[in-house]
Amino acid sequence: MSDKDIRIGVYICHCGENIAGAVNINEVAEFAKNLPDVAVVRDYLFMCSDPGQEIIKEDIRKGLVNRVVVAACTPRTHEPIFRRACEDAGLNKYYFEMANIRDQCSWAHWHEKEKATEKAKQLIAAAVAKARLLEPLEDRYVELNKNVMVVGGGIAGIFAALDLANAGFKVYMVEKNPSIGGNMAKLDKTFPTNDCSACILTPLMVEVANHPNVELITYAEVESVDGSVGNFKVKVRKKQTYVDWEKCTGCGACINACPPKARVPDEFNEGLSLRGAIYIQFPQAVPKKAVIDPDACIRCSGRWFGEEPRRTKDGKPILAPCEKACPTGACSRDEPRDPNGELIELNVGSIIVATGYKVMDKKQFKEFSDSPNVITALQMERLITATGPTEGKLIVPSDIPKYLEWKKKVEKGKEAELEARKPKVITFVSCVGSRDNRYHTYCSRVCCMYMLKQAMLLKEKYPELDIYMFFIDVRTPGKDFDEYYMRCRNLGIKIFKGKVGGVQKLPDERLLVKGYDADLGKPVELISDIVVLATAIEPNTDLKDLARKLGINVGAEGFLRERHTKLYPVDTMTEGIFIAGCAQGPKDIPDSVAQAKAAASSAASLLAPGKMKVEPLISEVNPEKCTGCGICVELCPYGAIEMVEYNGKRKSKINETLCKGCGVCAAACPSKAITLHGFTYEQVVAQIRTIAKKGVIEEV
Amino acid sequence: MIEGQEEGKMEEWEPNIIVIACNWCTYQAADLAGSLRYSYPPTVKIVRVPCSGRVEPEFIIEALINGADGVLIGGCHPGDCHYKNGNYKALKRFELLKSVIEEFGIEPERVRLEWISGSEGLKFAEVMKEFNDTIRKLGPNPLKWKEINSV
Ligand SMILES: Cc1cc2nc3c(=O)[nH]c(=O)nc-3n(C[C@H](O)[C@H](O)[C@H](O)COP(=O)(O)OP(=O)(O)OC[C@H]3O[C@@H](n4cnc5c(N)ncnc54)[C@H](O)[C@@H]3O)c2cc1C
Ligand code: SF4
Ligand code: SF4
Ligand code: FES
Repeated sequence: MSDKDIRIGVYICHCGENIAGAVNINEVAEFAKNLPDVAVVRDYLFMCSDPGQEIIKEDIRKGLVNRVVVAACTPRTHEPIFRRACEDAGLNKYYFEMANIRDQCSWAHWHEKEKATEKAKQLIAAAVAKARLLEPLEDRYVELNKNVMVVGGGIAGIFAALDLANAGFKVYMVEKNPSIGGNMAKLDKTFPTNDCSACILTPLMVEVANHPNVELITYAEVESVDGSVGNFKVKVRKKQTYVDWEKCTGCGACINACPPKARVPDEFNEGLSLRGAIYIQFPQAVPKKAVIDPDACIRCSGRWFGEEPRRTKDGKPILAPCEKACPTGACSRDEPRDPNGELIELNVGSIIVATGYKVMDKKQFKEFSDSPNVITALQMERLITATGPTEGKLIVPSDIPKYLEWKKKVEKGKEAELEARKPKVITFVSCVGSRDNRYHTYCSRVCCMYMLKQAMLLKEKYPELDIYMFFIDVRTPGKDFDEYYMRCRNLGIKIFKGKVGGVQKLPDERLLVKGYDADLGKPVELISDIVVLATAIEPNTDLKDLARKLGINVGAEGFLRERHTKLYPVDTMTEGIFIAGCAQGPKDIPDSVAQAKAAASSAASLLAPGKMKVEPLISEVNPEKCTGCGICVELCPYGAIEMVEYNGKRKSKINETLCKGCGVCAAACPSKAITLHGFTYEQVVAQIRTIAKKGVIEEV
Repeated sequence: MIEGQEEGKMEEWEPNIIVIACNWCTYQAADLAGSLRYSYPPTVKIVRVPCSGRVEPEFIIEALINGADGVLIGGCHPGDCHYKNGNYKALKRFELLKSVIEEFGIEPERVRLEWISGSEGLKFAEVMKEFNDTIRKLGPNPLKWKEINSV
């Protein structure tokens, strides 16, 4: 027996039926009573509830127990709750240990009740073995930097930034594209109210850009992230714009000057039209500044930035058309420009990741033919919106080049007849790449609704159109969503329950749609002018990379993973980093905004006090034992260890503000001079021995 | 003769497996396996550590000496360690450890290092089943029986 006065209370939770349904609580309780130093064993329906916590507190207050072991769910979510309960009752909260007998026992071994009970005993014994060796620790405080970085300037990022900026926090908004706005800027109208996307979005874009507390860093990406909650050090690479943004007024003169040879598919119009090598992302861009795409630029003047210009016979420099057109000299090629752009260093206390999504490319689906008249739903948004390549005039996409020719003529004041074909039949196909084992098993959540929206907008504007829609089933769970569906049905849109197996291109550019009507149990074929594919919402290609830089996780589907689906939906496993919008998973604008506001308030409540308690679960060197070999110094991933003079000898010392408590040094020290508090050698070995001996605790 | 390996007794003998799991990945994966109700052998019991880099070779030796039949260290995938690179350090140490284990007369298959991320609940369950099968085939930890027989 140790001579310390150790009185351990073991509290076993039933978790309703979740634990009690597989683990025989009475048997486990009887077992626990016989473990060394255990003074009290109690069980309760929900240990984490108020009355449950009260049971523990009562025992502490009465002096019955001075170490607490709770056998319940996972410490990942509940350890902080029980630690607080201990603290409230006057016990050092590090005199607490948990045994995970739900997530890692009853749930996993539900059909092996005896074995689950046996395992629960061993897990509790291991926790008790550790509890006997616990030491009281004092929380540390770290100063928090009150700046926040928001990555991604879509609707989610914009709202997160605005809420924080309004609350007085300095916000850096880092956006990959030249302009903020994200995917919402591409949309025509938005369900469920059908308000115009640009009308609600663009004022917010301007507001965030002009906010005194917001610094926009667009055309930029996160390069590296160091540090931790309260003190992140971020390096952001601002890409080379090749245009002096100080001088650029966004007049657009350069854009028209850029020759046809230098044109490439316009990302903003989802490839439905072309843009020049010098371009402004879209007319409502914020900031409205031009950039040069160096890969598309054909170097009209025969020189690149910083090179000597060629000269005419009379010695005048030959300028590129864009240079010549620019009234401010913003795209002058006289000065050299670093293709790597500029590295900006930011110090922030918290980070919100709102980098959104991309839609699957239709090229991935060979069965839908390569016809330009088979388009993604996002292309359809561009086709029907007034800011799109056809100014919202509905024509078949294969005739967009004709439209653009015609427009050019009209702009030059010539008379011309538009020969573009207007569609008579449009067919929508749902779940393309979603809910499909070959691609993504998940539901993209917004497709049913935006398909109904597009169908409704089209039908209201062009009542003579025939619209067919194929759904596996229509999913409209949301406020006012089913009403929206009914409204759509009443417009005379034909909805099939069934799948489309393929689309065949006909010689006249029309399309043969081969579908299946599950209600009739028969195949259906119809001829359509446009086929719209609701392609799946996917994580951005670089999301995994970004997550790695930030030290946060992605789930199996590739979206960012929240700390806990229900309780911590915008938190990540890395403290101080929050997530919002479609980067976390497919969702609509209302949900993206709600998450953004949640993330902003989480960041604000974290940073507002200016300092934060941190767990003292870090390492410490015992200078008496340290031989000064220096092995640990090299190993520490945070450079937290240095060699110092101690009683005239070289000894290692850990800087407690830098140490994160990984324990690498403790594991490596040949003299066992380093203790990782909370996971000491003795504590971990005691647990291991107890389990190895199937629940028998050795005397220490 | 090793008792547990006698015919007939084999049925009753259950391996005793200790998983030393990194808090940020494998421990999380085990929680996920549970919440998704993926079952795996109840012979598997987890000890939580902050990072696979915390794992000392002695932890594994202690487990084996005291009767565990198999020990698995679970860490984050390369590049995903919450503390940058603790898992590389774990890997290096693990390789050394394996050779030491063999000198003790223990089959090296009894110790294993796996990278299981927090989202790989299914992988966790599958690795545990497979490891349990491996240990079952190997039979009880020889060290344990030597020790017991020598008493
Ligand atoms: C066809 C279609 C129609 C839709 N219609 C509707 C509708 O009618 N109503 C509705 O509610 N919802 C609709 N949606 C859903 C809506 O688009 C999303 O809910 C919303 O845009 C999500 O906003 P977000 O900010 O999360 O992401 P995004 O809009 O994708 O914004 C993300 C931003 O982050 C930037 N970014 C990405 N990666 C990085 C990086 N590594 N570094 C820095 N910046 C980065 C991007 O450039 C972008 O600006 C529709 C979706 C589709 C596909
Ligand atoms: S490894 Fe141990 S002995 Fe060597 S310097 Fe570090 S603390 Fe001291
Ligand atoms: S535990 Fe040791 S190695 Fe890990 S961060 Fe702290 S000092 Fe560095
Ligand atoms: S944190 Fe998981 S292995 Fe380091």
